[in-house]
Amino acid sequence: MKRTQLILLIGIAVCIGVLLSFLKTTSTYDTVETARKKPGQFVHVMAKLDKSSPIQYDALNNPNYLRFAAIDSLGQRMIVEYNNAKPENLEMSDRLVLKGRYSDSVFLCKEIQTKCPSKYKEEEAKGLKHPGSVPLPTTQP
Amino acid sequence: MYIGELSWPGQLGHLAAILSLVASALACFAYAQTVRSNELTLRASWQRIARVGFYLQTISVFTIFFLLLYLIHNHRFEYHYVWKHSSKSLEFKYLLASIWEGQEGSFLLWLLAQGVLGLLLIRTAKGWEAPVMSIVSFAQFCLSTMIIGLSILGWKLGSSPFLLLRDSGVLDGAPALHIDFDASQPLIPNYLEKIQDGNDLNPLLQNYWMVIHPPVLFLGFASTLIPFAFAMGGVITRRYTDWVKPVQPWALFSTAVLGVGIMMGGMWAYESLTFGGYWAWDPVENASLVPWLIGVAGLHTLLIYRHSGQALRSTIVFFVLGFGFILYSTFLTRSGILGETSVHAFTGEGMNLQLLALIAVFMIPSAWFLIRRHREIPQIQTEENISAREFWMYIGSLLFFLSAILIIGQTSLPVFNKIFGTTIAPPEDVEFSYNSVQIYIAIMLALLTGFTYYLKYKQTGMDLFWKRISIPLLITLLLGIGFAWYIGIRYDQKGLGFQTALWIAAICSIFSLIANASYIWIGIKGNLAKSGGAIAHVGFALTLLAIVVTSSNKQVISENNTGFLTPLGKGENPRQNLTLVKDIPSEMGRYKVTYEQDSVHPKKKLWYYKVRFKSNDGKEEFVLYPNAFVNYKGQQGLMANPDAKHYWDHDVFTYVTSLPDPDKKEDTTRFTSKTVMPGDTTFYSKGFITFGQPNLIDSLPVELFGEGGQVVELPVSIHRRTGETATVTLKAAWAKKQWLPLPDTMQAEGMIMQLEEQKKDGSLVVGIKESDTLLKYVTLKAFHYPYIQFLWFGIWLTAAGLLISMRRRMQQWLQANRT
Repeated sequence: MKRTQLILLIGIAVCIGVLLSFLKTTSTYDTVETARKKPGQFVHVMAKLDKSSPIQYDALNNPNYLRFAAIDSLGQRMIVEYNNAKPENLEMSDRLVLKGRYSDSVFLCKEIQTKCPSKYKEEEAKGLKHPGSVPLPTTQP
Repeated sequence: MYIGELSWPGQLGHLAAILSLVASALACFAYAQTVRSNELTLRASWQRIARVGFYLQTISVFTIFFLLLYLIHNHRFEYHYVWKHSSKSLEFKYLLASIWEGQEGSFLLWLLAQGVLGLLLIRTAKGWEAPVMSIVSFAQFCLSTMIIGLSILGWKLGSSPFLLLRDSGVLDGAPALHIDFDASQPLIPNYLEKIQDGNDLNPLLQNYWMVIHPPVLFLGFASTLIPFAFAMGGVITRRYTDWVKPVQPWALFSTAVLGVGIMMGGMWAYESLTFGGYWAWDPVENASLVPWLIGVAGLHTLLIYRHSGQALRSTIVFFVLGFGFILYSTFLTRSGILGETSVHAFTGEGMNLQLLALIAVFMIPSAWFLIRRHREIPQIQTEENISAREFWMYIGSLLFFLSAILIIGQTSLPVFNKIFGTTIAPPEDVEFSYNSVQIYIAIMLALLTGFTYYLKYKQTGMDLFWKRISIPLLITLLLGIGFAWYIGIRYDQKGLGFQTALWIAAICSIFSLIANASYIWIGIKGNLAKSGGAIAHVGFALTLLAIVVTSSNKQVISENNTGFLTPLGKGENPRQNLTLVKDIPSEMGRYKVTYEQDSVHPKKKLWYYKVRFKSNDGKEEFVLYPNAFVNYKGQQGLMANPDAKHYWDHDVFTYVTSLPDPDKKEDTTRFTSKTVMPGDTTFYSKGFITFGQPNLIDSLPVELFGEGGQVVELPVSIHRRTGETATVTLKAAWAKKQWLPLPDTMQAEGMIMQLEEQKKDGSLVVGIKESDTLLKYVTLKAFHYPYIQFLWFGIWLTAAGLLISMRRRMQQWLQANRT
């Protein structure tokens, strides 16, 4: 199979080329601090919702504007803005993957991925915090 | 020792799991002995033992399945799996879904599917039973280890679905269930009484697709084992060529079922998840698509071999890799390695090593045999003719294979990170990173599937070729013009180059569709039994066309033009959510949309929102019920399920993206007072308000209003930013020396107004309060999806074509063995 072998080789070469150029378009995982250092660049920031600050979202006035604070694992905090509806389970998420760009002291988020404890970790069950599992008695004997 | 525990199902289940392991090992060994023994009677007795082993194994797996169903049905929460994946409020069909929500249950489903296919092989494989079934039994053995749940020298082997809740560690952190409220003490004997309900099935999975998609998909997964088993069975026994006939129906079956399984995942995503589509190039999706693509490649090289004697090695490699990538995808989706990159990856259950071992135990020996023996595999050393059908079929198979390699290469980024310690994240536009490559493969495949049927094996006379293909080309030309005129490709966000590629892909798909449909008459003379291939190609072309058109022309119709305009980021297209206030019609695309009512599911906190769509020309009217779990089981937030109105040529599709928090009832907003003169204008959040001339009424009954009683009426017009105007008349009375304002609530505006004072100078004090607790509203996102039905229909048609071919090939094989 001579012609086909040649075509196979070309195909493999194209594959390698495409995958290499794919690597060039990839982005990076960053912390709040490193994201801040490269404003305008598309990054992934792993963080948690800062529950001490209020989530600003008013669907009546503008269902496409969400603003909240996020803290990364190093304790760095940033303000996040998101021009879309509030993700369904923002409050109950224990981790967020924020995809967007840092600009003018605000992280402009393009996509938010929420990671929920019930779905991703078994450990959460150990604390039995999940309602409906075991009602803990309120009084000690 | 513990009150109320039902222990026999667990013990029986463990026993069945061990029996399944032992019986499959026995079947594997006995089948291997059948292959090795030369003496006829010895072979027969080994085969008999092997069959008994396999039957026992299948019975054990069914026993495990029904035990688990029994436990879930009876809500035996002393079992960890039952507690974790079900609850008392689940309907029966979702109890089934609970079985395969978790890792253990889905392996069980896989085992079941493989067991059933094994039984069919015993009936149909004839002379190939022993080598093929020894590999199938070996696979059953390996999968059985996944649900055995044993600890051997500190190694955790598999994870049992019959683990007790009290052994799972879940209760260790609950002192209330332990003696003396001390978690280090044993459990109290009646701990079970305190466990009133299970953890439940994830509400997103409480959907009929969760009942049907996993069984079909796992049947597809299981079916890829069989071409692998035939190919490797052939290599190991050195019967390199005669397995190609019996494998053919199985390869066709596998492609059909796996394809439908993947499609059902897409339908599920489209109909019940809210990422607004059927395919997102998510790693979990890709992981099941890749084996399908490789399977299609193998299917075609197999045909090439049967007609020309070429491409046997490629066929073997494709069948081995098809199964190999099923194992790899199992590792990807279950090891937790996908982590951040996938929306719906499973948890890592601490079985990563075992999952890697599963790949190794199949792929390393296969690679070893193939490298050692590849020279023995017959092949023909001739230059192939480019007018021959097999040449272009081979190119097509290679394209399928390269497509698969590219997809899995991009998907494996997290694996790459893990191996090399890098932290590369997916690109900004993940979907485009796949689309921009795959569109070219789609174009080439559409072309190839279009003209290859018009070529003959070995060599084709060009005159005949052009004569026969001219009719489909002509029809394509006409339809292409029609397509450009009526439908077209609107997607231009990625530039002209990509848009052109989409156009070409659409036209080539039309060509393929027409050419293959015509071939049923031109080439096969309408013989249905023989036209499986052409039908499958028509379906495939239709699928490609629908994918291109649907994705390119999908429109968000819930563009928001009421709220504040926010500054948009570069290249962003937000404002896709629209808030509907109850009973107030809003513009949405060519519809007036009204949120009319809501209702709640009798047993769960599942809310349905009745939303009426009425087209502006008045010809079309329908009601959709998008629904959402609101603060489900005390967890804040909502989980939405869309609803869609299906037409033959498009869908209108909507889902809830935001709701007022039902637990937030208290109205804390206060009136803000504004002093205005008649004729003045003041702004509020959704527009402005104009005040008219006050009207005094003073001839009032003295017994009610006292001396000098007055009523002041103030006409107010409210101008919404959308252009609508509403008028109300505020009233206040001066009665018995008291000022009594009458607050007026304007539902639609979410506003309360009252006339607080009328001053001597003629100015008025008006109190305005805006509050969202007044309002019932729902925020939606809505899409117009053109031609989506064609996508589903295309895949069904592909599967139907494949199954027609399968039937024919199976009949041929059985017939040949009867004589």
